[in-house]
Amino acid sequence: MSSGTANVGPSDLARTSFRSAVVIHPYWVRITHWINVIAMFVMITSGWRIYNASPLFGFVFPPAITIGDGLDGLPGALLWHFAAMWLLVVNGVTYVALGIFSGRFRRKLLPIRPTDVIRDLRAALTGKLSHHDLSVYNAVQRLLYAGVIAAGVVVVLSGISIWKPVQFRELAAVFGGYDAARFVHFLAMAAIVGFLLVHVILAILVPKSLRAMILGR
Amino acid sequence: MPKIRKIIPGVDAELLIKDAAKLIPNPSRRLFLRGATSLGAITLLTGCDIVDEDTAAKALLAISRFNDRVQALIFNPNKLAPTYPESAITRPFPFNGYYPEEDAPEIDGETYMLEVGGLVENKKPWTLQELYALPQEKQITRLVCVEGWSAIGSWTGTPLREFLERIGADLTAKYVWFQCMEGYSNTIDMPTALHPQTQMTFRFDNEILPTKYGFPLRIRIPTKLGFKNPKYVIGMHVTNRDLGGYWEDRGYNWFSGN
Repeated sequence: MSSGTANVGPSDLARTSFRSAVVIHPYWVRITHWINVIAMFVMITSGWRIYNASPLFGFVFPPAITIGDGLDGLPGALLWHFAAMWLLVVNGVTYVALGIFSGRFRRKLLPIRPTDVIRDLRAALTGKLSHHDLSVYNAVQRLLYAGVIAAGVVVVLSGISIWKPVQFRELAAVFGGYDAARFVHFLAMAAIVGFLLVHVILAILVPKSLRAMILGR
Repeated sequence: MPKIRKIIPGVDAELLIKDAAKLIPNPSRRLFLRGATSLGAITLLTGCDIVDEDTAAKALLAISRFNDRVQALIFNPNKLAPTYPESAITRPFPFNGYYPEEDAPEIDGETYMLEVGGLVENKKPWTLQELYALPQEKQITRLVCVEGWSAIGSWTGTPLREFLERIGADLTAKYVWFQCMEGYSNTIDMPTALHPQTQMTFRFDNEILPTKYGFPLRIRIPTKLGFKNPKYVIGMHVTNRDLGGYWEDRGYNWFSGN
């Protein structure tokens, strides 16, 4: 066993090696994962087009990489955004609920210790991080997966605040009001897109992880 | 052999075709339906065009109508939009419309009449002087545009509910439709029409509404997006039929509640 998974104790090893012999990702993880790919693709690309109608920063997204139509693309982008939101939320709530109640989040994502993250990050950057056992997440993976779930929660709650700043005015106030919620929504999107870049690159570099997310093992 | 299609001197064929095309009845809703998915997101996802564009557009509009019902359920008739101090007012408050500011309709306040129709007992039109004599309230609230930006303004006028009661409107009717001078229109749901902050606005920032903000009458609805706050209102109908609206017919969500 090479270095990189030193945070895994003997009992964890026994359990995870038994589990990996069966399945790495149960079917509900795989189904919600690929539904989420579709939902996020539509939400992000339509969201960029909506952003373009009133940019928060000094740039817009090239229309060619966005979804939309009608005047400046806005009516179509809004239709896509407020249709895909149901897919995103229903799928996301299902995933988080199953993750919590099945114990998968606790088992896979916890604990996240800063010292482990630093150690595994260093190992990853020097090419020494093991991918021997896909069923055990290293500390960097744990941090990124927990972080992107948190960003997903923030993007949905800030989105609800922008959508209904009167009916859910208390929630909007948590984000500092309507205008501030737009910035929070954008930054949470940026965090998710940043995660996706790393996530997709690593999935390509370690193809068996992609296979596991499709076939389960 | 003589040419069938002669070129008529002095007529630009291209312009003629354009002009003719304008005369062909082609509701914008149809145009939108065809255009809504022109980017071909479905194609991008699947690598083949398995869902034809009309089907996808119809599905999107069906979900938008579902979202209307969800928003009607979420709508709390007693929930008030946040109000702000004078110091928070956005200055200058932006003009917004589907035409440039100089094209905003100029209405003569002397001859102006507000037409009232539909399910109401008293259909007598109202002069501006009669409207100004109604009890008025001021609100400093945020206008949220469908584009995302927002601006805080100060609006003074009569609660729409007060007016609807005075004209003997059927408050169990489903909708109120507003007709505007320049051809714009909106239909809103009755619960929103009766919301305490829904206002027939005569003044902006304590001054008689300037033309750019909708002289002489704007319907200010802080629980709706800006495009459902019609300006230059000349007619109001209480109805059980959804009469649509300018942007609502062009793909924007009908309820568009805040």
